[in-house]
Amino acid sequence: MNTFESLEQMVQQVRRDILRMVHKVNSGHPGGSLGCAEFFVVLYKELMHYNTDFDMDGHGEDVFFLSNGHISPVYYSVLARSGFFPVEELNTFRLLDSRLQGHPTTHEGLPGVRIASGSLGQGMSVALGTAAAKKLNNDNHLVYSLHGDGELQEGQNWEAIMYAGAKKVDNLISTIDVNGKQIDGSTDDVLAMGDLKEKFIAFGWEVITIENGNDIPSIIEGMNQAKKASGMGKPVCVLLHTEMGNGVDFMMHTHAWHGKAPNDEQLQNALNQNPVTLGDY
Amino acid sequence: MKKYTYTDKIDTRSGFGAGLEELGKTNPNVVALCADLTGSLKMDAFKNNHPERFFQVGIAEANMMGMAAGMTIGGKIPFTGTFANFSTGRVYDQIRQSIAYSHKNVKICASHAGVTLGEDGATHQILEDIGLMKMLPGMTVINTCDFNQTKAATIAIAKHNGPVYLRFGRPKVPNFTPENQSFEIGKGILLQEGTDVSLFATGHLVWEALEAAQTLAESGISAEVINIHTIKPLDEELVVSSAQKTGAVVSCEEHNFLGGLGESIARTLSQHAPTLQEFVATQDTFGESGTPAQLMDKYGLNAEAIVQAAMRAVARK
Repeated sequence: MNTFESLEQMVQQVRRDILRMVHKVNSGHPGGSLGCAEFFVVLYKELMHYNTDFDMDGHGEDVFFLSNGHISPVYYSVLARSGFFPVEELNTFRLLDSRLQGHPTTHEGLPGVRIASGSLGQGMSVALGTAAAKKLNNDNHLVYSLHGDGELQEGQNWEAIMYAGAKKVDNLISTIDVNGKQIDGSTDDVLAMGDLKEKFIAFGWEVITIENGNDIPSIIEGMNQAKKASGMGKPVCVLLHTEMGNGVDFMMHTHAWHGKAPNDEQLQNALNQNPVTLGDY
Repeated sequence: MKKYTYTDKIDTRSGFGAGLEELGKTNPNVVALCADLTGSLKMDAFKNNHPERFFQVGIAEANMMGMAAGMTIGGKIPFTGTFANFSTGRVYDQIRQSIAYSHKNVKICASHAGVTLGEDGATHQILEDIGLMKMLPGMTVINTCDFNQTKAATIAIAKHNGPVYLRFGRPKVPNFTPENQSFEIGKGILLQEGTDVSLFATGHLVWEALEAAQTLAESGISAEVINIHTIKPLDEELVVSSAQKTGAVVSCEEHNFLGGLGESIARTLSQHAPTLQEFVATQDTFGESGTPAQLMDKYGLNAEAIVQAAMRAVARK
């Protein structure tokens, strides 16, 4: 069991990794990555049972799918700092011949990644398939997935949401990163999705809301609640309310940093706000 | 000259159903997904005999492709079943990212390909699917010619590790290849030796090419007939050696001449053995309603069309 302090330290380190990765190549998606830093740290340090000796089939372990693949910086940072590959490799993010492609992929054989994502809306279907395979294999470990709220505008999600409810897929916990922002503005302005909780309930899901999705104890409590709700004949959805750009004051409360890298001065400012380091790569 | 005969006319999709049921009995990792077309795809036997491994996903093909990709994580070998149109164009990005780029061991099994779907018309008659699928890196593309070959191919692709597109059709066609044949992916089959022109045919047009060869023989033209069941990877060695021998080529397919078998052959020959070529294929057009026979006739996809193309090719030498 990790202490709150150690998790908080890890979050700050992950933020530093995200910022330095996107700054170095002047590209990538810091906003959503920062918003989900706490969630990823809880997922990989507290919640999931997994082997870092990576096996694609994931027999006898929990499996995670990132559907909104553009937040790859947070994914890569946490995978590296969980032992899937050397942290020094974060240095290669988005560079030629790197395993750390702009969006996650299995193509270059990066341990920890089981599906390519980036073209939005596909991850929940993949998670459903793996959940079905786990049932056939009598493997009672769970399948986790993460999706952006804007991503739910892709229709394939609703095919998957309908399937999961109708077929009572109860070994799946799908988390929606509800930050209310997408490239062109707020999700309400771009294409309002209404009451997501009511929508998921209407499709036969159990819904758990984490109001402060950047607060480690709240995430732990909410995700443990989600785990308890699994295996009860319903798929479980977690509505994780986060702040895009969390932990860097000038990146918060705006969608401007969805896909934009900080310059030298901004990077220094952002790193100064997150001074705790477990050791930069 | 070899004489090919048949006792039955059977639809190739029934060959898929028979192969899938065989796999159900022999390979516990094989699972099947269907988007509300179980009867049309002849998947009933698998569904009834292995209900725990059959997944009815409803009319939601994008989700089906993603689920199939996910099922490979855990060691399953998923076979998806729907019409060719909904197996490819409708779900291209799902196949591209979740299956092909992710190199997942999914078998995309597609019935009712081409104009021989018949009366439902152009909305359902895809003539672009071979091109779409062969463009995807790592995708194997197979188009079988009769019941026996489709059954054999279905069984064979379960043993191949990687994504496969298996294309077959709706109408009853002569079942002339051997029962319980072995099926080798990427290996063309020399059906008829000839010296004047090479007929490279795939799918339903293989039988038409054999009939064309008989007619051509009566006119003193010796036609070589080769069954190219695997469009990708193409049996380049066989294509080149036959073209070099005869010096004239006709490609025969129930598909647009853009992007199909004909283009794969032309590309291979232009690189290794430039040979004049005629294309029996649809000419950059959509299909329409009609009986399969009427449509094959109207769109120039039968033995008669192959004979004409072969004569043109020989005359150009």
